Amino acid sequence: MASNCSERQRIAQQRLKIIAGHIQKDEDGEPTRIFANNCKGEDADKHSSSTTTMPKRRQEIMKWNGWGYSDSRFLFNKKGQAEFTGKRYRLSGMILPSLKDWFEGTFGASLQHKTPAVPSLNSSSVQPPTLNEDFIQDLKTTGIQYSHEAEDRIFRAHGHCLHEIFALREGKFGRVPDMVAWPSCHDDVVKIVELASKHNVCLIPYGGGTSVSSALECPPEETRSIVSLDTSQMNRILWIDEKNLTAHVEAGIIGQALESALNESGYCTGHEPDSMEFSSLGGWVATRASGMKKNIYGNIEDLVIHIKMVTPRGVIEKSCQGPRMSTGPDIHHFILGSEGTLGVITEVTMKIRPIPEYQKYGSVVFPNFEQGVACLREVAKQRCAPASIRLMDNAQFQFGHALKPQVSSIFTSFLDGLKKFYITKFKGFDPHRLCVATLLFEGDRERVLQHEKQVYDIAAKFGGLAAGEDNGQRGYMLTFVIAYLRDLGMDYYVIGESFETSVPWDRVLDLCRNVKERIVRECKEKGVQFPPLSTCRVTQTYDAGACVYFYFAFNYRGLGDPVHVYEQVEHAAREEILANGGSLSHHHGVGKLRKQWMQESISNVGMGMLKSVKEYVDPDNIFGNRNLL
Amino acid sequence: MASKTLYSQRDPSLKKRDDFEDILEERRNSSDLRYALRCYTPVLYKGMTPCKTTILKTIVLQSDQLHHVINQVAKETGEASDIIQEEAVNILEEMAHRLQLSTIRFFAFTLSKAFKTLFQSVRVNEEGIQRLQQAIQEHPVVLLPSHRSYIDFLIMSYILYTYDLALPVIAAGMDFLGMKFIGEMLRMSGAFFIRRSFGGDKLYWAVFSEYVKTMLRNGYAPIEFFLEGTRSRTCKSLTPKLGLLNIVMEPFFKGEVFDVSLVPISISYERVLEETLYARELLGVPKPKESTSGLLKARRILSEDYGSIHVYFGQPVSVRSLAQGRINRSQYNLVPRYIPRKPSEETQGFVNDTAFKLVRKQEENMVLRPWVLIAAILMQNLDGIDSVLLTEQTAWLRGLAQAFGAFLDWPGQEPVGKVVSSSLSLHHGLVRVAGGRVQLAQELQETASPKEALFNHAVCVLSCASYRNQILHVFLRPALLALAMDTAATSRKDDVYSSFVYLRNVFSNEFILCPGAMVQDFEEACYLLMKCGAVQILKQDIVVTERGQPILSFLSGMLEPFLQGYQVVCRYFSEEVSEDLAEKQYIPSVRSFAVKCILSDSIRCYEALSSDLQKNALAALLRMNALRKVKVADQATLKVNKMAVKMLEDTLGGKVPAQKPVLARL
Repeated sequence: MASNCSERQRIAQQRLKIIAGHIQKDEDGEPTRIFANNCKGEDADKHSSSTTTMPKRRQEIMKWNGWGYSDSRFLFNKKGQAEFTGKRYRLSGMILPSLKDWFEGTFGASLQHKTPAVPSLNSSSVQPPTLNEDFIQDLKTTGIQYSHEAEDRIFRAHGHCLHEIFALREGKFGRVPDMVAWPSCHDDVVKIVELASKHNVCLIPYGGGTSVSSALECPPEETRSIVSLDTSQMNRILWIDEKNLTAHVEAGIIGQALESALNESGYCTGHEPDSMEFSSLGGWVATRASGMKKNIYGNIEDLVIHIKMVTPRGVIEKSCQGPRMSTGPDIHHFILGSEGTLGVITEVTMKIRPIPEYQKYGSVVFPNFEQGVACLREVAKQRCAPASIRLMDNAQFQFGHALKPQVSSIFTSFLDGLKKFYITKFKGFDPHRLCVATLLFEGDRERVLQHEKQVYDIAAKFGGLAAGEDNGQRGYMLTFVIAYLRDLGMDYYVIGESFETSVPWDRVLDLCRNVKERIVRECKEKGVQFPPLSTCRVTQTYDAGACVYFYFAFNYRGLGDPVHVYEQVEHAAREEILANGGSLSHHHGVGKLRKQWMQESISNVGMGMLKSVKEYVDPDNIFGNRNLL
Repeated sequence: MASKTLYSQRDPSLKKRDDFEDILEERRNSSDLRYALRCYTPVLYKGMTPCKTTILKTIVLQSDQLHHVINQVAKETGEASDIIQEEAVNILEEMAHRLQLSTIRFFAFTLSKAFKTLFQSVRVNEEGIQRLQQAIQEHPVVLLPSHRSYIDFLIMSYILYTYDLALPVIAAGMDFLGMKFIGEMLRMSGAFFIRRSFGGDKLYWAVFSEYVKTMLRNGYAPIEFFLEGTRSRTCKSLTPKLGLLNIVMEPFFKGEVFDVSLVPISISYERVLEETLYARELLGVPKPKESTSGLLKARRILSEDYGSIHVYFGQPVSVRSLAQGRINRSQYNLVPRYIPRKPSEETQGFVNDTAFKLVRKQEENMVLRPWVLIAAILMQNLDGIDSVLLTEQTAWLRGLAQAFGAFLDWPGQEPVGKVVSSSLSLHHGLVRVAGGRVQLAQELQETASPKEALFNHAVCVLSCASYRNQILHVFLRPALLALAMDTAATSRKDDVYSSFVYLRNVFSNEFILCPGAMVQDFEEACYLLMKCGAVQILKQDIVVTERGQPILSFLSGMLEPFLQGYQVVCRYFSEEVSEDLAEKQYIPSVRSFAVKCILSDSIRCYEALSSDLQKNALAALLRMNALRKVKVADQATLKVNKMAVKMLEDTLGGKVPAQKPVLARL
């Protein structure tokens, strides 16, 4: 019995390791790929407590003025070598010898020219809270925890847009929430919303805080007391239904916590947005999030079965969990993408899947981006896309290379040299044009191997060469560390951000080229002294199109108002996207950053429909973050 | 004054223009053969690798657009799609160029020889060449030269070859193919051939537009065509044609390329090779009988001195910046891009405006030789002028032209007298100097009937007019204002403005007047006349100064022939035509009416004989609803609105003031 128990523990632990798979550092340094199928007879109640919780005082483990965990950051050490600190990631504790050259070469930046952030938060420069005493009096009676400490308020006053982080680094704060409340269950939320309606207090729901659409910014014109409603304490898995493969989860749970908790029972949701370390389930629903592995599991709208949301009008939910209904327009679609303008999502029933038996990374090198896109298109046409397939352009490929850690042996470096020789000299690929697709396969072993062959065969038709698992894995890792890299850039006059769109297949190439060029040209016109980094990748494939992701960064030395320049360029880039048949957003959402284009995106009548819903659900604009409309 | 600030910054006389280099100079000093065989390595668009013409054809034939149209046509006609496909192949075969370096080298050699004998110099602005070189690497380039002579595109390719720039592919009319050998030679030097009219032929249009767009998208080569569509027989710029311009802009509208650079190029000839040929053509006179063979004729041409040629490569114009705020590219988002669609009204308007802008650019950058000033003076003194007076007036006109920003190429420090006399001698075929008087040449033939004599003289007048026409664009707006001041009821500003707008409207087929730019044109005219002290602009009125009288009368004199010509056409319609007129008969019949008028001494206006003016007047009458065109079967008939025609005639004759245009707003 005892041994049986420890055996189960061992398996569970092993699973946990794999869960984090591509993002987290393996303890033993060897990626483990095969594990046994778990038994499914477990009592779901055992897992109703979460494993990883976000503390109320997030600033204890996370940066207040940058991305992610406080212990993890890039820095240039005394020898001028780049290093990633901490223990959490595969890259942690490693030296990245080529990053400096890439950084200096790409941006014309220099380690001599530093732009350090203000070291600590100066609470006195935060405007004192506007408190609604009656509201607080009533709130006290409910026993819901709250705070109006400056640090807590500042932390919830922003997402991760460039201008938001830039301002924090300079120690500048605009309108911030006047207090933070931490409901711990659905009923708490109902109480808070009731009180807010009663006392006319503005509520802004806050999940993971990873927004990049200015959605969390407090409207400066808001005169009422603003309460940031932090859902992080509502983080339990309430039940798992193994018959129907669904789980009922509180919406405040953070992505990685949800995954690891489900993994303990042998399940996963398979929803892995790049922000999953920090973003919350409620946030995914509220922004129509998309996960890396949507090809197998679907996007958030495909994953949710049931949503419970508290609005000033009351609670909205469906009466059953039928997998599909014909009951008029799907009310879930008023909630999905509502961006906190209608209410607080408190509980969600989601599809779950057994953890896949086998996982394999892969990569393919193409002679150029055009061929790569043609290949992805073909893969989509044959509907055989792996769990994830992404195509990086040449600049991003180079970028990925700059993040290669120091090689441990001469043999590896020799091997690398040989590979490079084979691809560029023997196969005649131009190193300044070639591009790489990274792949992730999931499923049972045999099927994965079969699937892999199918995809590589298609790739070969487009001149693609298999380039190994390592390159693939590094590609995915890049996604998780890129946000940390931005903080490094900001230490040295480099600012940047990413933005995304979705576009029909026939326009992918044109859109990528035009947007990248527009960025370069706008930078030049706006007086940016050095050519910017303007790069893209195709990150998702669909039947009728693809999702394209752009990275854009530049060295702002010599500019008076770099953030303004940045915003002008991003604005121009978005115009270009729209002119080229791209959407306003694939999964980041609209927030306040892209509001101005909503009308042209969904027509006047469309706007009217959304407005009338808002008007009915929240006539007093209690959920007053002013996103979307 | 608002207008002052508006125009002072672009005062053209202050603008420093590029310098010219003579590319023949080197040819005169080194081997033509070596030049023709030298290493030619042009820079290409984004470093693309040149593709073979056969591959180009394959890309076109496999394009989605062509497939779509082929299937559509097959469905409509009920024919099998491979038959239509076959047809498309044939069209493409007939159209496509076969650019070959060896042919280019052949031309480089022979043209060097020919140019050296024909011309004193071929002068090119090298800064323009540098700009072009830059543009070619960045975006697809469209070269838009002015069209005054057959040799325009030979000159263009020759220059590009000389400067080691990518050779253009050139849209040429199918008529060239008639000349069997020459046609194929041109094909091998980069010309592709399009039918003059293919109105309803969907398949032809699809092949043609896809062919052009493919070359553009791939950055295969700069695309060259003539905005004016055909050679201008009068040396006035012609109203631009929009078809090809539309095609080359579409890849930008649809996001297939980031931008397209349009390069206006002005080729100005001191003496046009075709000068008298054009005049004869305009008069409908058959070419003089050739007793000798064509070869000998060619030799005669070769023995003549045609002065110099100036080629000005203008600033590349970015379609993207022009379209900024005018074209909503997302209009193409909802329909697959390979389905051909008629451009929206917004797009058509934009293309039209752009075309006018480009032609204006061509005009502005035309280098003007002193002779055009002399021609302008001679045209107002058809009975001849004292040579001293001519010199005086030339000097005066030079000053005025410069004040108006003309791009005048005045030879260094030479005294005016000398410049005038050397100009006269270069154009000895057109002018005679006898007894201190300068006069248009007149071949006196004993046997000639009065009618023949008239035509002989008219050839000379129209040739001379073609030189005056070269400088018309400089004076046009002030001249319209001068005329407007003559005809306006009062000197009140808004009366003058309505007259101006009226005249501008009447002549908008005759001259390049950007659509909708009434106010700008008026302000420009006011500014220029004020600047040279000819008028004073008071709060309410526009007043002629004492100094201004001769300027104004010279300016209105310049437009006088057009005014008279249009009146003749109006008179023709009101007096000669009963109700209907077959369109075909119009030109010969209005011509004989004009001949009658001239012979009966009622007018002296030889330009009324010009078919160009007659066609333009017809277009204006149609546009102003004084005429109506009715098409029955293949016959187009003109229906006359006598009232309206008479009204126009009287207004032009200054008998009634122009009615106020509804939109007259300053």
